[in-house]
Amino acid sequence: MLPTLALNSWQSSCLSLISAGITASKRRIPVSQPGMADPHQLFDDTSSAQSRGYRAQQAASGLGYPATSTLPQAAFLADPVSNMAMAYGSSLAAQGKELVDKNIDRFIPVTKLKYYFAVDTVYVGKKLGLLVFPYLHQDWEVQYQQDTPVAPRFDVNAPDLYIPAMAFITYILVAGLALGTQDRFSPDLLGLQASSALAWLALEVVAILLSLYLVTVNTDLTTIDLVAFLGYKYVGMIGGVLMGLLFGKMGYYLVLGWCCVSIFVFMIRTLRLKILAQAAAEGVPVRGARNQLRMYLTMAVAAAQPLLMYWLTFHLVR
Amino acid sequence: MAFTLYSLLQAALLCVNAIAVLHEERFLKNIGWGTDQGIGGFGEEPGIKSQLMNLIRSVRTVMRVPLIIVNSVAIVLLLLFG
Repeated sequence: MLPTLALNSWQSSCLSLISAGITASKRRIPVSQPGMADPHQLFDDTSSAQSRGYRAQQAASGLGYPATSTLPQAAFLADPVSNMAMAYGSSLAAQGKELVDKNIDRFIPVTKLKYYFAVDTVYVGKKLGLLVFPYLHQDWEVQYQQDTPVAPRFDVNAPDLYIPAMAFITYILVAGLALGTQDRFSPDLLGLQASSALAWLALEVVAILLSLYLVTVNTDLTTIDLVAFLGYKYVGMIGGVLMGLLFGKMGYYLVLGWCCVSIFVFMIRTLRLKILAQAAAEGVPVRGARNQLRMYLTMAVAAAQPLLMYWLTFHLVR
Repeated sequence: MAFTLYSLLQAALLCVNAIAVLHEERFLKNIGWGTDQGIGGFGEEPGIKSQLMNLIRSVRTVMRVPLIIVNSVAIVLLLLFG
């Protein structure tokens, strides 16, 4: 049985393995007892040339056997062969880190991702307000600066990945809370919820990309933009479930209904500018089958959001 | 509600397999979806049908070899782990 979140945890563990090898020294200091027999060992721990195995052995021995096993370890440390081995190990780790840093850009576009996390508190507050109440906002165009879109910090219309990521994690936690209040909680259910929400997100992205390809839309909507827009619905889901926990089914339906309508309007107004042709976006009536298809596509994407919001949360509120 | 990432991977593999078994000569031509019948002039709008035919043809061309590998791996894993 493959674990449900195997992909994510494997990737992150591989990436952190190399870089953690060098910084692991900082973690071992609080573990050793301050009243150890040989203070010389504590200071040696801070150098980055130490291997993890050696320190694990020392930390374990430091916890259990403070007096007896420090002498063999001092002899182990003074041995020049082991010194060389530790130096070699640390240089290997440094090389590995360099290799990962150089090649990571091929699989995960790190520099492009950094743009989506360039947010500040004011932007997050304004964007959350926009997600819940998009009816008064007039100008939905993203400002450009010499052909590149402006960072989200400077323009409230720009998509970001901070809110979707945080909202997703909060949704998982709130789902765990809701399940716990109904005595249905178990830790693997959290993983199941996360995996299910991620799978629906992936399915949505693939379906929208496929339909954008079939309708031959010339748009600058990148995949990461799409993930950001589709991740905004988690905010409404969190609100609905929390209200459902506090006020029962009535509160859940009220808040979820409000957030569904808001997300519908938000998605239509945002996607209209990206998918539809420039003339149609300004309110000129559409003509021709092509623009009509694009309008239907926008409406379908926007209508899928409330459906998914209900589907992913109704089983949490009883 | 056990819609996990693993089942999504399985479903994707099955869908790509389904596209890969559509034979060009025996089947697609008979329903009018062969790639030599569709692509008309150089008008600016290819239309959904020709986009679909292009997609099927490109998936069949690109995924032929990787599908062999992925299917073999899936068969071995399913035999071992059920």
